[in-house]
Amino acid sequence: MVNAVVPERREGGGPAVYRAVAAGAFRRYATYRAATAAGTVTNTVFGFILAYTFLALWHARPGLGGYDTAQAVTYIWISQALLVTVAVWGGGFQDDVQERMRTGDIAVDLHRPVDFQGWWLATDLGRAAFHLLARGTLPTLAGALAFDLSLPRSPLVWAAFLLSVLLAVTVSFGLRFLVVLTGFWLHDSEGVRAVAVVVAMFFSGMLLPITLFPGRLGSLAAALPWAALIQIPADILVRHRTGTALATGLAFQLAWAAALFAAGRLALALAVRKVVVQGG
Amino acid sequence: MAEQTLLLPAERPSPWTRLRGAVHAWWLMAGMWTRSSMSYRTSFTLMLAANLATTSLDFAVVVLMFRHTDTLGGWTLPELGFLYGTSAFALGTANLFVGSVDALGTRIRTGTLDTMLVRPAPALAQVCAERFSLRRLGRPVQAAAVLGWSLTTVHVHWTADRILLVPVLLACGSLIFASLFVGGATLQFWWGEAGELQHSLTYGGATVLQYPPTVFAKELVAGTVFGIPLAFVNWLPALHILGRPDPLGLPTAFQYASPVAAVLCVLAAGLLWRAGLRAYQGAGS
Repeated sequence: MVNAVVPERREGGGPAVYRAVAAGAFRRYATYRAATAAGTVTNTVFGFILAYTFLALWHARPGLGGYDTAQAVTYIWISQALLVTVAVWGGGFQDDVQERMRTGDIAVDLHRPVDFQGWWLATDLGRAAFHLLARGTLPTLAGALAFDLSLPRSPLVWAAFLLSVLLAVTVSFGLRFLVVLTGFWLHDSEGVRAVAVVVAMFFSGMLLPITLFPGRLGSLAAALPWAALIQIPADILVRHRTGTALATGLAFQLAWAAALFAAGRLALALAVRKVVVQGG
Repeated sequence: MAEQTLLLPAERPSPWTRLRGAVHAWWLMAGMWTRSSMSYRTSFTLMLAANLATTSLDFAVVVLMFRHTDTLGGWTLPELGFLYGTSAFALGTANLFVGSVDALGTRIRTGTLDTMLVRPAPALAQVCAERFSLRRLGRPVQAAAVLGWSLTTVHVHWTADRILLVPVLLACGSLIFASLFVGGATLQFWWGEAGELQHSLTYGGATVLQYPPTVFAKELVAGTVFGIPLAFVNWLPALHILGRPDPLGLPTAFQYASPVAAVLCVLAAGLLWRAGLRAYQGAGS
């Protein structure tokens, strides 16, 4: 089965297809207006709560972790802006694939003349672009009105930040893709997914910058792929990472994105064999 | 509406009988969902472990913060443990019993709410028990552990009223959060997709209460006393138990007023639910 599909895959699926898929996903998420508004409010509320707790901490320990108070508060607002964009909680294409596994539609997807992994990556990038615009900008604006934020003036920093967010979404996709593929073996990937959320929340720097983690836990967190989700883009935006550190940060993200994408391909190849065995 | 029609031949039951009926319906449905979730045992165990770990993360963050400081907003780690334990316990208990009400918007959209309305059991009890899951025990269990640690570590001169206030605040806090879950979900009758909005009230509220009131702006603290009455969950009674001055300078009576706030919250949530059900048009199926 797989062999029969390969030649078609090579023919179809030019860049135009993926652009159209991503644009379709963007439009799809843009139709959930009330849900987006409600989510934006929730991100803003949490931004306020966490900003106050960070202010209290930095009031007690000015300059903690190498961040000044404005940088620390900005870190919180940016992490709220990125939470849904990089899907720290999971979701996005993951929900769709899980549903299609449940109904069996996944078998159709696997034999489409478009690359399975590339297709879902494109939908996830489209989704992320919408969430960055909708759920990223408004909470950040609210934060900027209420708090003294340290946002960069230089367009170069913003460009580096956007590139870093793109890589963050790709790393997040790679992780969620592996989680969702466990469904081929476990039949119900909810449990694995729940564990993945815990790890992602903690090791992404979402709850607390991992620069504040003690000793070995800190070095471990900095080396794991989840650091690519929140910590690195936020550090770039608040200019905690500049120059060489900025370049190594992006390289770190790129390396994990590539490694996870390759691991996903390998796992997919094994999973497809499993599907064929079951079907036959 | 539908449930009343079905009950017409008999006398209109007393509120007490109706409450017992609701609890009984909830119990039957929760039991059914528990048996069904146990059929995927590996997944259930993983989910329970993940639930325990997720809820522990907030406190892990607090502990990590205290590696860098001795006090936060002037409060010590055991004192924050008390706030964390009480807030998370109340939220977790409310979530265990009525948290499924979250999905009201989905039930309205898919028309499954109509099915519940024609069954001879109170719709609210059914909505709260549908997809009941014991893995939600993770949060109250972990919160109780932190609270237990805090109570043995914190420096408090234990008097009778302070001791009594602890179970009172846990019970009232759970009722207040349960009312917020139901009241917040009811908004989905008018604003179907906005389910996430109520998370600002419930999960957001619980996060606020995990930190001392001195951390936040006075307006926000005043809002939790006179607006959405979160302060009655733990802040106000905690001021008395831990012997802390009130940053708002309210009369002492407020520190004992949690039962009043809880009753008012339950009534308000009940009224909202009835108004929502009356405004509900049905899925037309």
